[in-house]
Amino acid sequence: MIFEDEPLDPWHPLPILPGHSSPGRLERVLRAGRFTVTAELAPPDSADPEEVYARARVFDGYVDGMNATDGSGANCHMSSVGMCALLTRVGYSPVMQISCRDKNRIAIQGDVLGAAAMGVSNVLCLSGDGVQSGDHPDAKPVFDLDSMSLLETVRGMRDECQFLSGRTITAPPRVLLGAAENPFAPPYDFRALRVAKKVAAGAQFIQTQYCYDIPRFKTFMAQLRDLGVLEHCYILAGVGPLASARAAEWIRTHVPGIDIPDAVIKRLAGAAKQKQEGKQLCIELIQELREIEGVSGVHVMAYRQEETVAEIIDRSGVLQGREPWFPGRGHELQKESA
Amino acid sequence: MYSVRLWTTRHARLFEIIYNVFEPIITRLHPLWKNLGYERVEKPVARLEALCKGVLFDCQMCGQCKLSTTGMSCTMNCPKNLRNGPCGGVRGDGNCEIYPQRRCVWVEAWNGSRQMRNGDAILTVQKPVNFSYQGSSSWLRVVRGVVKSREAAKLNPQPVQAKQAAENTQ
Repeated sequence: MIFEDEPLDPWHPLPILPGHSSPGRLERVLRAGRFTVTAELAPPDSADPEEVYARARVFDGYVDGMNATDGSGANCHMSSVGMCALLTRVGYSPVMQISCRDKNRIAIQGDVLGAAAMGVSNVLCLSGDGVQSGDHPDAKPVFDLDSMSLLETVRGMRDECQFLSGRTITAPPRVLLGAAENPFAPPYDFRALRVAKKVAAGAQFIQTQYCYDIPRFKTFMAQLRDLGVLEHCYILAGVGPLASARAAEWIRTHVPGIDIPDAVIKRLAGAAKQKQEGKQLCIELIQELREIEGVSGVHVMAYRQEETVAEIIDRSGVLQGREPWFPGRGHELQKESA
Repeated sequence: MYSVRLWTTRHARLFEIIYNVFEPIITRLHPLWKNLGYERVEKPVARLEALCKGVLFDCQMCGQCKLSTTGMSCTMNCPKNLRNGPCGGVRGDGNCEIYPQRRCVWVEAWNGSRQMRNGDAILTVQKPVNFSYQGSSSWLRVVRGVVKSREAAKLNPQPVQAKQAAENTQ
């Protein structure tokens, strides 16, 4: 997707349109009402920038934004700020994840300014996994802020031009604010209300946990509609391919917060080619989710199967012929269309 | 104690009533606190508060108590110190992702809040914890907050938001 007011160099920000919060492509696509696709970009355990670019390239032409995770699963990897700095350098629109686990309010606010200065237009505010689940269980958990107060903090920086301390920021970080929600974990009645709370704290888009249980997700979306949240917030449903029935079973028992219904595991177990079936299932889920009122797009988390994302999105047909921007798909095309 | 903490949260309405009686009493004692000196009474009151709330709620003495907005479940017992709701890792059985043998503090908080008259206070966005208050008395802070807002109301007859803020603290 190429906008009419594309900057001369792709790493420059787009003009901020009236009513928009950020100069980013992701906000443009969301606000244009197009079915939006984001994907999770796993950071490398390396200091080689090429590894980041190689991981990003597999999504070229299929995603509107990619989430740079911040020590996901409490495992140590390249930082989300570092990844985002590399990605924005060539014009990608990363969603910078910020987890409250590793940094206090001083570090986080500094990172937000630094990231915005590097061209990051989207920030996803997370509480983060506990240190106990990662490779450094002996680390000190910080959790100075939580996802909600982080949202409010960054919103204050952007809209009030103030740090949490009240000190003035001369040029505010123009970012679109995102948050996460898991409709599939107890207390179920609280989940939609918690999204409303996050929206009140500043969230403009929500990326959800993996959706395998469509009926529950529909109930959740209906609750959001009744709360009037959908008018203020874009919902991107979390999806991802399951590699096999065994992998699904393992995830269900070992990763807290991911709910995979028995029927899904049964279907995978009964298939001759389980990996193919996993992809097919993901495609069908995306197509089902697209039909649910209020779903603005999907967030694909294909951990260790990133190469399948393009095929899944392509076969699902959700982009309807639209080709999201990627480096190299720029000005020649823009000139053509002009 | 874990089992006592679960019990108090499951009787959140009872503790809401108790607190609603208790708060006006300690507030009325303001002249006493003032004469003795707030600084001088801080330590003994904090110790008493830590003892009472420690037994009942496993209170961590953050100094800015939000029990009445969190279903009488002390959210400082959440391993992530979440003040605004459960994380996405709550197990299907309602237990904590980090300590699988324990109930999620926020599942209990939500259930507690459903019993309480003012339970919807759980939907208010809470500010980040002020870590400089750690170990100090939340009760005395409430009293000072209420008195301050009353005095402000006397000077300026318009409704003062501080009163509301003080009410949210316990």
